[in-house]
Amino acid sequence: MSVLLLAELDGDALSPSTARLVAAASLLGPVDVLVAGSASIAQSAATIAGVNRVIVAGGPLLADRLQELLEPLAAQYQYVVAGATTLGKDVMPRLAARLDIQPVTDIVAIEGPGRFVRPIYAGNALETVTDPQSRHVLTIRASAFRPASGGGEAPVEIIEQPYDSAVRLIAAHRTESDVPDLSTAQIVVGGGVSVGSVEGFKLIERLGQSLNAAVGATRAAVDAGYAPNDWQIGQTGKIIAPDLYVAVGISGALQHLAGIQGAKKIIAINSDAEAPIVKIADVALIGDLFDIVPKLTAELDALGLKR
Amino acid sequence: MKILVAVKRVVDHNVRIRVRPDGSGVETTGVRMSMNPFCKHAVEAAVQLVEGGSAGEIVVVSIGPKASTDVILTALAMGAHRGILLEADQALETLTIAKLLAAVVAEEQPDLVLLGKQAVDDDSNHVGQMLAALTKRPQATFASAITVDGAELEVTREVDYGRETIRLPLPAVVTADLRLNTPRNTALPMVMKARSKPLAVRSAAELGVDLGPRLTIEKVSPPPERVAGRMVGSVSELAGVIAAEVNEMEAI
Ligand SMILES: Cc1cc2nc3c(=O)[nH]c(=O)nc-3n(C[C@H](O)[C@H](O)[C@H](O)COP(=O)(O)OP(=O)(O)OC[C@H]3O[C@@H](n4cnc5c(N)ncnc54)[C@H](O)[C@@H]3O)c2cc1C
Ligand SMILES: Nc1ncnc2c1ncn2[C@@H]1O[C@H](COP(=O)(O)O)[C@@H](O)[C@H]1O
Repeated sequence: MSVLLLAELDGDALSPSTARLVAAASLLGPVDVLVAGSASIAQSAATIAGVNRVIVAGGPLLADRLQELLEPLAAQYQYVVAGATTLGKDVMPRLAARLDIQPVTDIVAIEGPGRFVRPIYAGNALETVTDPQSRHVLTIRASAFRPASGGGEAPVEIIEQPYDSAVRLIAAHRTESDVPDLSTAQIVVGGGVSVGSVEGFKLIERLGQSLNAAVGATRAAVDAGYAPNDWQIGQTGKIIAPDLYVAVGISGALQHLAGIQGAKKIIAINSDAEAPIVKIADVALIGDLFDIVPKLTAELDALGLKR
Repeated sequence: MKILVAVKRVVDHNVRIRVRPDGSGVETTGVRMSMNPFCKHAVEAAVQLVEGGSAGEIVVVSIGPKASTDVILTALAMGAHRGILLEADQALETLTIAKLLAAVVAEEQPDLVLLGKQAVDDDSNHVGQMLAALTKRPQATFASAITVDGAELEVTREVDYGRETIRLPLPAVVTADLRLNTPRNTALPMVMKARSKPLAVRSAAELGVDLGPRLTIEKVSPPPERVAGRMVGSVSELAGVIAAEVNEMEAI
């Protein structure tokens, strides 16, 4: 049983989630990785332990071309797998429809060769499905799996991608930041709409720095323009599974909780002791975030955490 | 320009769902149902394109039980012109939905198909992309802005790394994200007027698509429960808790 995995990219680098996807996909069989990007990205993919072969096709590609690239390759594999990211969501259902396969997506557990667990209803229920189709198209939530280690030396093979796209990329607005990748970060600090402004979010970012944490936000904070859209955590944002999530001025709406169910420990800072997030947090401090966050940052800096 | 909008009836997004104790699924009887929020944004986008003079007719389609008439009426009240209900009582998989919608596209020949980016019950995020592939139309998913420019669309998409803008030729398939617009509320006179708009009801079985499922749902279970932990009384105490957590992480 062989697996073709679409590598997840992060600009012109390999995304850290790819190593997690490799670990998950390895549960299904030997893994070939397709990189729709540069040869140097392919080289990094080749070092992930457990990768059998890397196929590189140049890129980045929009969904229609990626689907056309995957379609002929798919014939050689029992499983075609991608991350449950905007890339995977864009292309895998297309591919599945072309191959007349019902896909299984957002997988958080693999219980056998055709038995998967996926969340539904914003993570308020978990569905166990069996997929008896002879071939499988899957997307996997990288945050639910541990990364594969390095040290691999897979061969890299270049293939042509002769297709033309009807769709043209006009502009890409990449949120520049040097903080860790939200989806795979070990610590995440999140801010809600009560943070109140872009300047207010600087407090959250500063707290994040003292922990070397990634920074996230609620939809309400993004809608208000206080945080960029790619910081959104939740049902319609990023799914995170850090060891520690610090939720600052976040009420804990169902749709936000959908994104943090995988968090090991949750700490809430909120002025309202009755907020839903407080009811599920491991530790909570009740008070005004504008008072607490600067002090907390100073205390953590003073403790000099080695991160 | 003619627009087809696909809308799904789902458990209202404010309802806290309950998993049936026997693991057979999520309780939907006696639960408030409404139009999938993302579909509302899709309908609103279509209505705004008509109001802005870019589009003429909006046809809205829903697939599901008779009760899905509700969400079609909501779309008609928002400003869609006519409705199609493809009636099916059994649960249908996304590939089946996409095939049924492809059949409707073949009949209606819309220039633009608008869908929600995902249905908040199964959270699949499949149908728009599948429909684009089946009808060989270019797609723009997760749209937060749409402008029509002659025979082309310019769409801003919300993606993991930020935002991107793409141009694609019509006919096309676009799926709506939440920041696309603010769906209008429907005043009672609009709701009354909606009842007199044309609504065709057909059996989904008529369209020549195999409705049988491919996957088997073995069981549905509630997620592991989280319980309230403890309160700390001061910032220093909280700093201590966080430091201990971090040190434990580093130790592993
Ligand atoms: C279909 C759909 C999808 C959605 N997807 C998402 C999603 O992906 N992610 C997401 O986050 N949301 C999502 N939402 C929105 C969600 O329902 C909530 O509206 C949102 O999460 C609320 O954000 P918030 O916690 O910042 O704001 P609020 O709910 O307004 O909460 C603010 C909190 O801040 C506290 N507070 C106020 N002032 C202070 C202070 N000075 N100090 C400390 N605490 C303070 C309050 O007590 C309150 O708990 C979605 C909604 C829908 C309908
Ligand atoms: N039963 C249905 N009837 C009409 N449209 C649907 C149906 N199911 C899904 N859709 C459309 O496809 C979008 C994405 O749904 P999904 O792929 O199931 O998450 C929805 O927002 C709807 O626009």
